[in-house]
Amino acid sequence: MTSTFLSGRTAVVGIGATEFSKNSGRSELQLAVEAVSAALADAGLSPADVDGMTTFTMETNPENMVARSLGIPELKFFSRIPYGGGGACAPVQQAAMAVASGIADVVVTYRAFNERSGVRFGQGPPPAKTQATSDNEYRSWVNPYGLLTPAQHTAMFARRYMHTYGATSEDYGRVAVLARKHAANNPRAWFYGKPLTLEEHQASRWIAEPLHLFDCCQETDGGQAMVVVSAERAKDLPVTPVYIRGAAQGLGPDQYQMVSYYREDLTRIPEVELCARQLWAQSGLGPADMDAAILYDHFTPYVLNQLEEYGFCGRGEAKDFIADGNLEVTGSLPTNTHGGQIGEAYLHGTNGVAEGVRLVRGTSTNQPDGVRNVLVTAGVGVPTSALILSAEG
Amino acid sequence: MSTTTQAPASEATDQDAFLARLREFVGLEATPTRYAQDAVNQAMIRHFVEAMGDENPVYVDDRAARDTGREGVVAPPPMLSTWLMVGYKAHTAAAAGAAPDTPMARLLALLADAGFVGVVATNDEHEYVRELRLGDEIKMTTVIEDVSPRKTTGLGTGHFITTLRTYTDQNDEVVARQRFRILRFDPSGAKPAAPAAADPALRHKPFILRDNAFWFAAAAQRRLVIQACTDCGTLRHPPGPICPSCHSYAWHEVEASGRGTVHSYVVSHHPKAPGYDYPLTVVLVDLEEGTRLVADFAGDAGEVEIGMPVQVDWLDYDENLTLPRFRAATSASEPTEEEGN
Repeated sequence: MTSTFLSGRTAVVGIGATEFSKNSGRSELQLAVEAVSAALADAGLSPADVDGMTTFTMETNPENMVARSLGIPELKFFSRIPYGGGGACAPVQQAAMAVASGIADVVVTYRAFNERSGVRFGQGPPPAKTQATSDNEYRSWVNPYGLLTPAQHTAMFARRYMHTYGATSEDYGRVAVLARKHAANNPRAWFYGKPLTLEEHQASRWIAEPLHLFDCCQETDGGQAMVVVSAERAKDLPVTPVYIRGAAQGLGPDQYQMVSYYREDLTRIPEVELCARQLWAQSGLGPADMDAAILYDHFTPYVLNQLEEYGFCGRGEAKDFIADGNLEVTGSLPTNTHGGQIGEAYLHGTNGVAEGVRLVRGTSTNQPDGVRNVLVTAGVGVPTSALILSAEG
Repeated sequence: MSTTTQAPASEATDQDAFLARLREFVGLEATPTRYAQDAVNQAMIRHFVEAMGDENPVYVDDRAARDTGREGVVAPPPMLSTWLMVGYKAHTAAAAGAAPDTPMARLLALLADAGFVGVVATNDEHEYVRELRLGDEIKMTTVIEDVSPRKTTGLGTGHFITTLRTYTDQNDEVVARQRFRILRFDPSGAKPAAPAAADPALRHKPFILRDNAFWFAAAAQRRLVIQACTDCGTLRHPPGPICPSCHSYAWHEVEASGRGTVHSYVVSHHPKAPGYDYPLTVVLVDLEEGTRLVADFAGDAGEVEIGMPVQVDWLDYDENLTLPRFRAATSASEPTEEEGN
């Protein structure tokens, strides 16, 4: 059973980020502390108020280094989430659970890296992935054959989905075009002022068929942070609280990292459906209650899967749901209004959480009317996570 | 011998005739005997070993040389050809003036007239009969030992010319022999080198752990196996230590037929990793037995489609690693002969 205990007990009260670039020119630690400082300032809090931190296991800036850099005297709670972008929302869930349980009062979640100018995830297995461990063993079944990058891993699912439902590269391309349309109106976005046409998408080079270059997200240098406190404390702060109505993690049957190729139906993403099931149960809300969505878009095809797993449309219908304009700012489910990771920045989905906060606050540069509840998701293909951010506690 | 006038035969006959002309030079002295300008001497040896960083004392210290049973200081063997070098002045003059009329010059002219104007040294074999001592006066004779039939090389077609240089001392005793081979080739006929197939030894290697080692050991023998639960019979891939269905730790391997169908595939273009040829086609195969497996597709990207029947083939990555790849099944019958590459 799913408890409703967590729903609405905590709120995001601060968001902060660096600029998003291709070469930050400074250390990853500096990016982290800049983002955390900005988020605390946004919340009207100071480093001395922080007593918890959550981040990714892939984060290169450990809690102690961020804490000592900012003069944060004590941390009572710190935890990390594995599986890369699948953890986009889970550190926020960790923060919410720590605050709701009374373990910590002010928890900062952060993610910062020089992913473009430093170690690039799109280039193949990172240098550390050389140990013969169970953690790396899945690579034994794909790496020798040349499936080395997330794009290559994802292409296998995308091809099967096209075969099963008759989706085309243009259906994937519409996701990118939408993201770039939103990014073009977002000054924070790397592709600010630079929309993309479907023709340009189709003409872009192959990365791993059926994925074109513009089916893939960017690579980014930058940092993003959020501050989570209790709903009670949020009322005393000078910002509009954005309540965490739902927070879920999901790891599905026969789960692998990016290469869960051995499941019966490759068009299904059971760990995403698992998150959906929990979010609806925790919050008492459903797909029809979502006024906007931030759907993790490392690769365009997975946006289609997510629309189906969250029940916004039926199986195989996502291509039509998108083509019909539902994801536009004026549509039934305005999606990736910041431009997504395709258009704004690739920050392992944490910039999407921040956009979810802005949508509830009403401060997105592509703000739809009347947003009360926003679905935010995390990396697909890996064990994942998701949030419902809400104007009501 | 037929008198047919078909072009290929005629061409072959022309080549035979040309080779016969070239081979008239075999056995002739390529160039006049060359005499060393200076006797073997300590000063040149010292310059040489200093330049080479060779600190063996037998080249410079008479006592050290005698301690080894030698009669005195000896010259480093690699100096052999240097004693016979003509020097800068003669070299420059030869380059500027007409080539002296020697058998070697005539042979090279013959080749050049036929278009074989490129030259590259290919082999240099030395045989040392005795060490050179201070005071030795060396001379060298060069004989054209062999001219090869026309060969096709990466540089173009041409003929290999082998010369034997014999080094003798003041007593006409042989001190060393040097066999030197060059290729005279026609550079205009050089084909642009076809892109070499990537070396699979450079590919990413699997991580071999206790739970999967059996599978890779079988693959090394070109056997495609599947892990089977000994208690409930459920097949599983990739392997693991326990049956997810009945939780038995007992397992055995079963042989797969090697036949299956393509469940999905990827044609990868970027980034390019060493050891793989791009566009790189990788297939996800539903084996007949019911498990699924990722492997190379041994065929053109345009050939692959979901649902197509495939059969296993093998690719040797290096001496220890062989992994499966799949090719289009030629029929429902037996798999084709395995390719040993």
